[in-house]
Amino acid sequence: MNDERPPPPDEPERPKPAFAPLGMPPAPPIRPRAGDIIHTGPELAVGEADVRSAERAEVVTGTSLWRDAWRRLLKNKLAVFGMIMVATITLASITGPFLIKQFTGLTPHYIPTDIAALKSLPPFTATDGSFSWLHPMGTDNQGRDLLARVLQGGQISLMVGIIATLMSLIIGVSYGAVSGYLGGRLDSLMMRLVDVLYSLPYIIIVIVLLSMFRSQTARGQLILLFVALGSVSWLTMARIVRGQILSLKNQEFVLAARATGVSTPRIIFWHLVPNTIGPVIVYATLTIPTIMLTEAFLSFLGFGVQPPIASWGSLTTDGIQNIAIFPWQLICPGVTMGLTLFSLNFLGDGLRDALDPQMRKV
Amino acid sequence: MLRFIIRRLIITIPTILVVITITWGLIRLAPGNFYTGDKALPEAIEQNIREKYGLDRPWHEQYLRTMGQILRLDFGTSLRYEGKSVNEIIARSLPVSATVGILAYLLALIVGITVGSIAALKQNSKWDYASMTLAMLGISIPNFVLGPILVLFFSLTLYWLPPSRWDGFPSKSVILPVITLSAIYMAYIARLTRAGMLEVLRSDYIRTARSKGLSETQVVIRHALRGGLLPVVSYTGPALAFLLTGTVVVESLFVLPGLGKYFIQASLNRDEPLILGIVAFISMTLLTMNLLVDIAYGYLDPRIRQ
Repeated sequence: MNDERPPPPDEPERPKPAFAPLGMPPAPPIRPRAGDIIHTGPELAVGEADVRSAERAEVVTGTSLWRDAWRRLLKNKLAVFGMIMVATITLASITGPFLIKQFTGLTPHYIPTDIAALKSLPPFTATDGSFSWLHPMGTDNQGRDLLARVLQGGQISLMVGIIATLMSLIIGVSYGAVSGYLGGRLDSLMMRLVDVLYSLPYIIIVIVLLSMFRSQTARGQLILLFVALGSVSWLTMARIVRGQILSLKNQEFVLAARATGVSTPRIIFWHLVPNTIGPVIVYATLTIPTIMLTEAFLSFLGFGVQPPIASWGSLTTDGIQNIAIFPWQLICPGVTMGLTLFSLNFLGDGLRDALDPQMRKV
Repeated sequence: MLRFIIRRLIITIPTILVVITITWGLIRLAPGNFYTGDKALPEAIEQNIREKYGLDRPWHEQYLRTMGQILRLDFGTSLRYEGKSVNEIIARSLPVSATVGILAYLLALIVGITVGSIAALKQNSKWDYASMTLAMLGISIPNFVLGPILVLFFSLTLYWLPPSRWDGFPSKSVILPVITLSAIYMAYIARLTRAGMLEVLRSDYIRTARSKGLSETQVVIRHALRGGLLPVVSYTGPALAFLLTGTVVVESLFVLPGLGKYFIQASLNRDEPLILGIVAFISMTLLTMNLLVDIAYGYLDPRIRQ
């Protein structure tokens, strides 16, 4: 008859696209190429088709992409470690400063009134040198509690990482999806632009941008930082999404949408983009640590967040000034940041292995 | 091959112009000027300064003049380091940056490839897990945290190495900056080598080589490494870009008189000719290196040429 019939479910494995469209039955194993005439309906007896689709639906719910990925993720010890660490640190950063204030009355900006406490205390030490639980990470030069500062710095660092990643996500996904779906000359033009931008020493441009437009307020500088970091980190995302869209756009569900008169923007953003979510999540998870690292790097150079706002990067930088005498001022924020990035990287790697075994590269 | 090179060149030259234009535009669009300080200048003085630096001309004239200068590789005179030409500053600081950068990259290649190959050959062993965890640590710890920790340990506790000074290439002062800079590449290269080697070791031609009766050493060195290192070669381009940001940090950290240090100073001082000169120089170097890497890759892997 023809070779477009879906195979019986018990047939041995055939190559499948990496991502079955969400909520759709898996694509037929042999994808129609452009120009192929797509046979529909009549060849398949109605009853037969119903039985088949029912059987297949069962198979699909049995090992849905997400459940499968979740199972694989849980098997990966390092990824689970990363997930737990990320969750713990995020939770601690959000609730920590509040809890510390409740229990000890210390805030990240509280400078003690007692003159004896106006110095940097080592971790777990009271003003008279005896053991104390009051400052588990010690205090900074002005006697401010370092734990509270590190946790609040975590809020800022994580926020920069997440917001800038969201920005890069929005730009990258739209750009890649439009480029991939529309194709043709526009696609090659858009991708050529990405190639050019790729080879720019973007960090240099970010430094020039941040130093020239240095904002007078700390909040303004933070917003500038989001914009600067978000607008330079969408390139890889655009490429990944474009690749996904290219492999999806010739499938039946797109054809069906087109045939029923769905508008092009709606096809791109309602039908195609949700199907690229797997690789997008993976790459976004790996973008967060990169952006946090860049933020820390910019703060180190003095172009990042400005006081009174502190991030892990700026706390570490403050710590570097006093490394010889008060090493904990560097080590506490530095190690916290390192641990977070480490966990996020492991989580991202684990997600990649779980969600997209084909992407396993680095 | 020639067409491939020409096509790459056609992209490269406009890219350099784009970088310089963006930088120039950012400097000019930003509020204020290099001579604006805390105090407002008297009208007449401001007028004189604007005339002296040609700021009273229409913007397109200034732009074309700047571009013309840069295309002739004459970057003008620094505004802050009065009387020093930008070319002179670059010529003096480049050897410092290049020494640290090249040594760091070599160290990273040697250690990274060795560790990555061992991890791949003993996949899922203790060695593999240990080295990959270490590599992940290398990627996650920012170099400005690693650097001071190394200083704390080797300089301030053991008194072995100087914490921050520059005595030129064959001296103890090179060691800490180079290690700090190379840590992240080491980690990346180790991961890339491991991934590349794992892929190659499973391929048919390695099985053929083994079944021919070659010794394991020969299989690895003569056959597997060649294919397994392709990802490392293609990483050279991004690595150079990383090297750039890395050197900026390392030079600030260890107070080395390199290009990155001058660039940061110039950005803070709003020293336009120096910023533009360094940006132009860095982009040219970077893009030339990228071009060379592409060409090398084209030779190694003919598939990517078209």
